[in-house]
Amino acid sequence: MQIWNNLPVLVCLGAVLLPCLVYLWLGLGERILARLGAGTARVLRPWFWLSLPLAVVALVLVYPLVVTIWLALRNNRSTEWVGLRNFQWAFSGEMIQVMGNSLLWLVALPLGTIVLSLVAAVLFDRVKYEKLAITIILLPTAISFTAASIIWRQLYSYQPADAPQVALLNAIWMGLGASEPVAWLQTPVLNSICLIVVALWASVGVATLIVSAGVKNVPAELREAALIDGAGEWRIFFLITLPQIVPAILVVLTTSAVFALKVFDIVYIMTNGQYGTDVVANRMYSELFTANNAARASAIAVLLLIAAIPIALANLRLWERVGK
Amino acid sequence: MTGHLKALRQELKGGRLALHAIVLVLCALWFTPIAGLVASSLRSQSEMGISGWWQIFVDPKVTLDNYARAIGYVGVLNAAGTSLALAIPVTILTTLLSAIGAYALVRLEPPRARLFAAALVVLLVLPPQVTVVPLLKLFVAIGLNGKVPAVWLYQVGFTIPYGVFLIRGFLISIPEEIFESAVIDGANPLQIFTAIVIPLCAPILAALAILQFLWSWNDLLIPLIFLGGGTLAPPITVQAAGIATSNGQDEPVLMAATCLSVALPLIILVSLQRYFVRGIVSGSVKG
Repeated sequence: MQIWNNLPVLVCLGAVLLPCLVYLWLGLGERILARLGAGTARVLRPWFWLSLPLAVVALVLVYPLVVTIWLALRNNRSTEWVGLRNFQWAFSGEMIQVMGNSLLWLVALPLGTIVLSLVAAVLFDRVKYEKLAITIILLPTAISFTAASIIWRQLYSYQPADAPQVALLNAIWMGLGASEPVAWLQTPVLNSICLIVVALWASVGVATLIVSAGVKNVPAELREAALIDGAGEWRIFFLITLPQIVPAILVVLTTSAVFALKVFDIVYIMTNGQYGTDVVANRMYSELFTANNAARASAIAVLLLIAAIPIALANLRLWERVGK
Repeated sequence: MTGHLKALRQELKGGRLALHAIVLVLCALWFTPIAGLVASSLRSQSEMGISGWWQIFVDPKVTLDNYARAIGYVGVLNAAGTSLALAIPVTILTTLLSAIGAYALVRLEPPRARLFAAALVVLLVLPPQVTVVPLLKLFVAIGLNGKVPAVWLYQVGFTIPYGVFLIRGFLISIPEEIFESAVIDGANPLQIFTAIVIPLCAPILAALAILQFLWSWNDLLIPLIFLGGGTLAPPITVQAAGIATSNGQDEPVLMAATCLSVALPLIILVSLQRYFVRGIVSGSVKG
């Protein structure tokens, strides 16, 4: 088993040997297809080429999807059917607050993301240093949510009222003349908002890119014509820019809604769900590993799946409308 | 007419000031946490206890001691090694398999290609949590749990829908004639794939590769679930998360370790931003 701990060997295996095997597989298949009749080869070829990507996707996404639903309807040891009992649990007791928090994320994160990315995309478009501004707002996208959480946890920390506040936010807060520091991450509801701010910081960059691409596609003549007709900036934004970038806005909304559903790292590191900040995706992890209850974890997973369905349908509609 | 425009320009000038102010404030807000991270990683534990990181700009007492400890005691470089052993194969395999899938969908005309494409759009929004429990059971059963290939498999499979979707949009726009002339020259599909598709799609393949490298390097949940119990050094995100969530944490060392963990992705983003932007934008709006 030494090979599993030898990093250079692993990299060679995964980055060189496996791609070579994929190439050999394709070469072998084409050899066989060449010997078959042209008609048969024509029918079989797409399936042969799709075989590897389909096999991996089927194993990693489709098979577990089905089994998760099965597990969610059975008891923890998966020895008997329990109907909807795991789902009853998911909507009772302390889980109600967890659900509520996820709902808060699901509303606040897409809303905050779309407002900030609209502001950034429209305003950056008007300044000469746009490239630099975009780079800066993109920097957090390269950083892991783990690192983002570590950075922000420090910014949010607090010292007793008589000690110097060494964290930025409370230093500013006390500098403004407050007598008590704010326990940002320990005060319910405020702390959930604070976690959402971290997610915003990490994801507005990508949203800005998407909205910005839409804004740049708005024909300049439309804007100029409206300006000459005497329309103000606000009117131009609402009557000309906004209708033209609806697809980009929908993409940002669906992307950040999915992000809100699956947010794990930020909650796990900043509070680990304490002080009333838990969300379903983090709860699923603790059910699986701390409580060792795969059935309840699966029930949560199924709820995530159900919540993702309308988002998927919205994406599908959008994709069909934009064409291709 | 010109007078009208002049008045308009005058009016806009007042707005310019507000415009620059808002843009600069946004940039400052977005940059400050990163500056705070770097500054904190350069200050000693005793300094950190009595003043905030911004003090470093007033009274620059800089130490590299945190980095020495992050590398020496915590073993950040080993963790980075594991992260690379995850991210490099995952990046190459994802790009290759996505290119193969996109080529098959666009050029080899499978029946119901549109249905496949629609399935990709649906799979794009799947939260990873939905699929981890059965896979964990499966990996435990076949002895793959705690081993690097378990993470390869998951991360590759999870990104293939995005990758195929991205490359598909690019492939569709390549003129038919290029492929037709290759067929007339007697090239078989594998030759067309390696000699035409891969080189022509290089820009979008690079975009996908960069996105996937960043996602793999930055992923916490998947290695946390599938590498637990292994004997390997944890990847860099799992290690940082471990320090951050343990009691009696060493804040300055955590800051140095975090700084080291974000250095590579930041360098990649800044130097290859063009590809990053292309990967995001063409993966979202066009389709």
